[in-house]
Amino acid sequence: MQIKFNKYYYGDIPEDNGGQQSEIKKVPASDGKEEWPLWEVFIRSKQGLDHKHAGSLHAVDAKMAIENARDVYTRRQEGTSIWVVESKNLFASNPADNEMLFDPANNKIYRHPTFYELPDEVKHM
Amino acid sequence: MATQELEKLFHDNIDAEIKIEPRDWMPDSYRKTNIRQISQHAHSEIVGMLPEGNWITRAPSLKRKAILIAKVQDEAGHGLYLYSAAETLGISRDQLIHELHSGKAKYSSIFNYPTLTWADMGAIGWLVDGAAIINQVMLCRTSYGPYARAMVRICKEESFHQRQGFQILYELSKGTDAQKAMCQDAINRWWWPSLMMFGPKDADSPHSAQSIKWKIKRKTNDELRQNFVDMIAEQVKVLGMILPDPDLKWNEARKHYDFGEINWDEFWRVVKGDGPCNRQRLQARINAHNEGAWVRAAAKAYAKKRQQEEVVA
Ligand SMILES: [Fe+2]
Ligand SMILES: [Fe+2]
Repeated sequence: MQIKFNKYYYGDIPEDNGGQQSEIKKVPASDGKEEWPLWEVFIRSKQGLDHKHAGSLHAVDAKMAIENARDVYTRRQEGTSIWVVESKNLFASNPADNEMLFDPANNKIYRHPTFYELPDEVKHM
Repeated sequence: MATQELEKLFHDNIDAEIKIEPRDWMPDSYRKTNIRQISQHAHSEIVGMLPEGNWITRAPSLKRKAILIAKVQDEAGHGLYLYSAAETLGISRDQLIHELHSGKAKYSSIFNYPTLTWADMGAIGWLVDGAAIINQVMLCRTSYGPYARAMVRICKEESFHQRQGFQILYELSKGTDAQKAMCQDAINRWWWPSLMMFGPKDADSPHSAQSIKWKIKRKTNDELRQNFVDMIAEQVKVLGMILPDPDLKWNEARKHYDFGEINWDEFWRVVKGDGPCNRQRLQARINAHNEGAWVRAAAKAYAKKRQQEEVVA
């Protein structure tokens, strides 16, 4: 007995219905107001380590954000803890201020342990 | 800082292999090129779920069904990582989706070919994911930080995709005559479209040179395509099958495989919308989006209601 399957989902087509035959229905224009808020996801990969930024996703609330983060970012044991923060609550420094903020301060060498010369008798300091 | 200085800083960073991050100054065209490429890539992951989704209910065993579901779920995640990366460049998710649905944005043409037999699941994993991986490994070193990080994540997940595909074909190649024939037939149908995944020849790819200068891409279309041919031409021997190209042969002088000319008419035809399933694929996406509208609205309304209850309590 031969069974022929004729199930075509998701736009796969039977041989007798070529690509050109169907017309695409118009898409409703999006005004962006329906979009769910954006969340930033932070994952602790194992106990003892910091949470680290993993990426972002859209969700209606924190609970859904955590559930979705679990599904998207920790399917292969990548995490033991998840933080989510709504992106609008995250404030970032401005790259234009980098020079001021992150100047290497090379003139403050006394901040480094190598600045201090100690007698040889002092071990392990 | 004056624009000239910012531009110099941008190019200095690119030259010094320092990644560009979302809030850094960047030329408008760099931003646009990244939005175009990353969103195209995201759409490909999402539309790419359709041909394989077709076979979840018909996978020949529970094991194969579980594997296929896991793979399709991975592709959804890849789409999400990439949409998120595109959003850091100042375009909204809604707008990205709208550009796909309105036909303004493209996705990889490979997904406009139908999946006719179970062996196609093998051929897609081995050839289509295989071609994608070659491109994605290169993109792990792309110059835009969020894109590079998304690619690293994707490449980690991607490695099982190609292996499971090859294994499907390997089992068929050891099976009955009908199974062997099915295996060869799938390879015959997917080989040339897979080669087309790398895009037009370098000579016909106007954006390529600029993308390489900006280190968005690290290799040209033709280089990547050659890497792919060299890899597959060896692996196909293990299957005891052949690639449908009489001109395919090892070139000792070049240390590469030579291969025949791609049918560029077909390539452009499918890109422009007249492949075997372009309209059906897009319609499937639009339907899924429209039919899910009430779910998105309900989830939002529910969250709002709970928030109000919290305020009262
Ligand atoms: Fe993928
Ligand atoms: Fe994949």
